Amino acid sequence: MSGIDLEMADPGFRQALLSEEGAENIAACFMCRTCTASCPISHVDKRFNPLRVIRMALYGLREQVLQSDFIWLCSSCYACQERCPQGVSITEFMTALKNLAVRAGHVPAGARVQMDLITREGRIYPIDEFDNKKRNKLGLPSLPTSCEKAAVLLCED
Amino acid sequence: MKKYALFLGCTIPARSRNYELSARHVAEKVGIELVDLEESICCGFPMKAIDERAAQVMAAYNLSLVEERGLGLCTLCSSCASALTETAHRISGDEKRREEINRRLSRVHRRYSGEVSVKHLARILYEEVGAGRIEPLVTKKLTGLKIAIHYGCHYLKPSKVYGGFDDPEDAKSLDRLVLLTGADVVEYPGKKRCCGGPVLPMDEKVALAVAKEKLDEVSAVGADLLCLVCPFCAVMYDSNQKTIESQFGVSYNLPVLYLTQVLGLAMGIDPKALGLGMNVVKTKELVARIVG
Repeated sequence: MSGIDLEMADPGFRQALLSEEGAENIAACFMCRTCTASCPISHVDKRFNPLRVIRMALYGLREQVLQSDFIWLCSSCYACQERCPQGVSITEFMTALKNLAVRAGHVPAGARVQMDLITREGRIYPIDEFDNKKRNKLGLPSLPTSCEKAAVLLCED
Repeated sequence: MKKYALFLGCTIPARSRNYELSARHVAEKVGIELVDLEESICCGFPMKAIDERAAQVMAAYNLSLVEERGLGLCTLCSSCASALTETAHRISGDEKRREEINRRLSRVHRRYSGEVSVKHLARILYEEVGAGRIEPLVTKKLTGLKIAIHYGCHYLKPSKVYGGFDDPEDAKSLDRLVLLTGADVVEYPGKKRCCGGPVLPMDEKVALAVAKEKLDEVSAVGADLLCLVCPFCAVMYDSNQKTIESQFGVSYNLPVLYLTQVLGLAMGIDPKALGLGMNVVKTKELVARIVG
């Protein structure tokens, strides 16, 4: 991740974020770094740092946050959120950022594959006749091999 | 006999049939009747990062199937437990959100009024079945076996939706269940750490590095096996153990068992019926030690 360039800041982003579900209380962050110290990803990869993401978002660095790969490194383990002394819903905030990134057209390949599978098959591991044969051999019940409902449900209004 | 609707999710019926088998056998043994939900779809968890509203619609669709049957919901996967519990919690006091979701559900002629209780099977065993009912079923004490426990994340978190049944910072529920078998629970530093699983489709190297830390620590304390309750965690520690060994030049050969396989062995259920032959890291020697 490159340095923070405040020339790029869009103050409207902060305001827009505060009305996003899950991001309402991020302004309460007082930079104690409990989140980063608790983060299993930061522990192995310094590119991901929850405090830095929160600060960049609050500065209004919309594009730098939404276009970067690092928000997708959040494993949504809730370690940070559970421990935040200010009660910031950090994991929910990361989810809100990912949703915003998708709406802005930034969908990582891995996420797109899962989304397509769910829409088409209703599940991330589709079941075929071969799976059902294996299941039946073990005494497990067969499962449907197709599903049209997910696509109907997932269509935007 | 307690009766629950069984939510299998995506991963278990396709990739973790050892978990499904052992869970069904243990449930039967302790007197839980599980009713299959044939029409269920993905719980919504993998959709959350993309479109949280859509994820809630998927969860509510599944909850509506359970509501219709007048039952509580039992999940085996921790991510399913959290996605379904979060949605149930999110819309229980919010009529406006519930109606928005119901408008979408009406496309497939379903409706959710918001009263389903969702519980992970481990929580049901801990809270409802209880030690008093499980202990007398232990016929094959696992004395001398050193078991490391991995709670994972979504079995306990976000804690605000789980009604305080266990404390994520000092979790005890799985420890107490495993101790009923007569085995020793061994402590290790990163017991609360995530498996890294959700990052696997985004960055395999990072995900495997997270999983490796726990395998290092659990091996260092001399555990005979790692016990867990989520198929995603099993993908990281069991299915990917060989990859981690070769990528990082390490060696573990650490069996990874589901809680239901551990309890099932202690209850004298046939190892084959518990799907122990399907675990990726071989369990043969371990099982021979227990069954003799």
